[in-house]
Amino acid sequence: MRVSDLPRPSPERLLRQAQAEENKRWGARLKIFLGYAPGVGKSYRMLDEARRRHERGEDVVVAAMQAQQSGDLLALVRKLELVPPLQTSERQAIDVEAVLRRIPQVCVIDPLAARNPTGSRNPHRWQDVQDLLRNGISVLTSVNLLHVEEYKEKVQAITGKDTTETIPKSFLLAADDIVIVDVPTDLCLWRLGEKLTPTGISNFQERQLSELRELALLLTAEVVDAQLESYVHAHGIEPVFGAHERFLVCLTPHSNAPAMIESGERNKERFQGELYAVYVCEPGRSRRERATIRKYFDAAKKAGAATKVLESDDPISAIVEYARQKRITQIFIGHSAHNTWRDRFFGDPVLRLIRATEGIDVRVFPH
Amino acid sequence: MTTADDTQRGKLKVYLGYAAGVGKTFQMLADGHAAAQRGADVVVAYFEPHARPDTIGQAQGLETVPHGKIEYRRKTFEEMDTEAVLRRRPSIALVDELAHTNVPGSVHTKRWEDVQVLLDAGIEVWTTMNVQHIESLNDQIWQITGIRVRETVPDGIIRQAAEIVAVDVTPDALLNRLKRGAIYKPEMVEKALTGFFKGSNLGALRELALRQAAHEVDIRQSVYDETRGNEVPRISERRAGETAVDQSKERILIHITADSATAMLIRRGRRVADFLHADCLALFVYRTPDFTDLTPTEREAVEKHLRFARNLRIETQVLAGQDVPRTVMDFARRNQVSQIFVARVQGRLLERLVGRNYAEEIVRIASDLQVTVVADRSRIQAS
Repeated sequence: MRVSDLPRPSPERLLRQAQAEENKRWGARLKIFLGYAPGVGKSYRMLDEARRRHERGEDVVVAAMQAQQSGDLLALVRKLELVPPLQTSERQAIDVEAVLRRIPQVCVIDPLAARNPTGSRNPHRWQDVQDLLRNGISVLTSVNLLHVEEYKEKVQAITGKDTTETIPKSFLLAADDIVIVDVPTDLCLWRLGEKLTPTGISNFQERQLSELRELALLLTAEVVDAQLESYVHAHGIEPVFGAHERFLVCLTPHSNAPAMIESGERNKERFQGELYAVYVCEPGRSRRERATIRKYFDAAKKAGAATKVLESDDPISAIVEYARQKRITQIFIGHSAHNTWRDRFFGDPVLRLIRATEGIDVRVFPH
Repeated sequence: MTTADDTQRGKLKVYLGYAAGVGKTFQMLADGHAAAQRGADVVVAYFEPHARPDTIGQAQGLETVPHGKIEYRRKTFEEMDTEAVLRRRPSIALVDELAHTNVPGSVHTKRWEDVQVLLDAGIEVWTTMNVQHIESLNDQIWQITGIRVRETVPDGIIRQAAEIVAVDVTPDALLNRLKRGAIYKPEMVEKALTGFFKGSNLGALRELALRQAAHEVDIRQSVYDETRGNEVPRISERRAGETAVDQSKERILIHITADSATAMLIRRGRRVADFLHADCLALFVYRTPDFTDLTPTEREAVEKHLRFARNLRIETQVLAGQDVPRTVMDFARRNQVSQIFVARVQGRLLERLVGRNYAEEIVRIASDLQVTVVADRSRIQAS
């Protein structure tokens, strides 16, 4: 496949690419350490990397650090230069001006989610990070799932903890690198218990931490998938199949579309995958058939599918081509109800599709 | 998954990564130190002797059970000395590389079999593996990387694990480690860069490992809920309709044939069934008594496939029937199957001529059942 055949990139991706390219011109990279809860060891992983980079000769400074530090962390921080944060009675803020004057190669900021005192250069710390990146300074930073705006409510429902200090998910998606710091929930609880008052932590909380953990793993997978897509586009290579399940429902007026859409939705949820629905526009469809298709399209959209009308004289080829572009792993199609003279001549369309789609599963639905 | 007998059995913890050098062993050893500090009786039961310098440093200070020495073709190989670990009886044993195949002459063929022995004896085991060693992912890995992984671990073994820990690192950092010579010896680096470590492979493998870890966490939540009731409120939206989904529980039937694509079909069926929480059955239909319509090679292949399905905990059936597709359909209807899995067959034209393309015939006659024609991922050229 040539690059020109690939689908047009989304505006978000173009923006992401533009940002990344702008930062890269200066060699600045943003690396985020993501954890599902306090106590997973994000700060340690990040500072340990800062220490290793410092030992390898990179110019590293720390511009913000957590208020409460364990002995291990303090030992790491002491090896690094500190650009003292600005302290108001209210809260701490990075001294962005001082960091910009100092021009280090790498700046460590722990944590990322923080609101700056009123009257600061930026309302949010993540905006300070953007300023540093734009000035060619790489940033290592850490964030807890609780502080990602789009996950705030879910996390609140689990922990009952509220936060006003959030970063937008798009900021995470724009990062050059993201690393998940994963530990089993029992270890996380044990560390939390050590840090906080030793309350009897129930299984109830362990079950909830486990859900946070799943969300964090899937969020990281999503970021990795976006990076993979950019990589594929940048290098103009064949899309990679198989890492992520993607379902394509082929709608026709006479298929059992509701069953296919419902099954597609369930599969999407179970596999944490993507759902697509297409209809190949054929001449000679009656008004009633067109109305039916519109109804199915609405149902597919409601089920969370990305929908698309394809125009082609050859429906099977159009579907196969679209499936390849979207890295589909499974195609849902309705059983051919009755053989027409055309089918007898050209072959049953379902069988033709099966033969034409190497590397993709085809699921045939009864009427 | 949790029965009364399990209380005696050791717990299994798996450190899951996506490539050599992501830091699985390092993380396991670090956690081993932390556990030892908290008073646990931890030993290193097996540790790659040609490990990376950083990792060797991390192993220091932990008690190591000496490896067993095995002679094979006038060379000496080191393997875990399972008997010695049993005699030592630690509370936690660290065993590197779960997917490893033991040298011929060892008690067990696979290291995961040795691990079973330790677990059975009530010893907690922590171990490491990469996502590409999971049996049911074998074809997907081939599709992504173009590399057929020979050493695999059955999914059931991973399912036994009480805990899965994802060990993550960025591909850039991993490539840096590789180029610095921290993972392989210099002469191996070039080969690695054109193999698993090639371009988009690492990203795809990483995504697969993260999704697998999320899936494993999810399964353990379901088990937790089944054993402890559903009083715990759920937060994720996608769980809202779960009861309704469970009522329409799917049953997947895998049609076994002598075709070599059947192994891939079984793996895919098992995986889909796992994700959909569906039942999984497998059926072979023979046309003449004693399978005389099959060549000896074909007969052997069928038996291998049936054994493989049973190993993946799929219930298998063998039935007689002159008309194979009809027999499969009848069986499916009688057993409330919702989806039939068939493989796309090789030698399409020839087989169609001799009337043995069962897949297409099943699709044609299945007017009341869903049929999934599974892609033969093993025959695709990876990018």
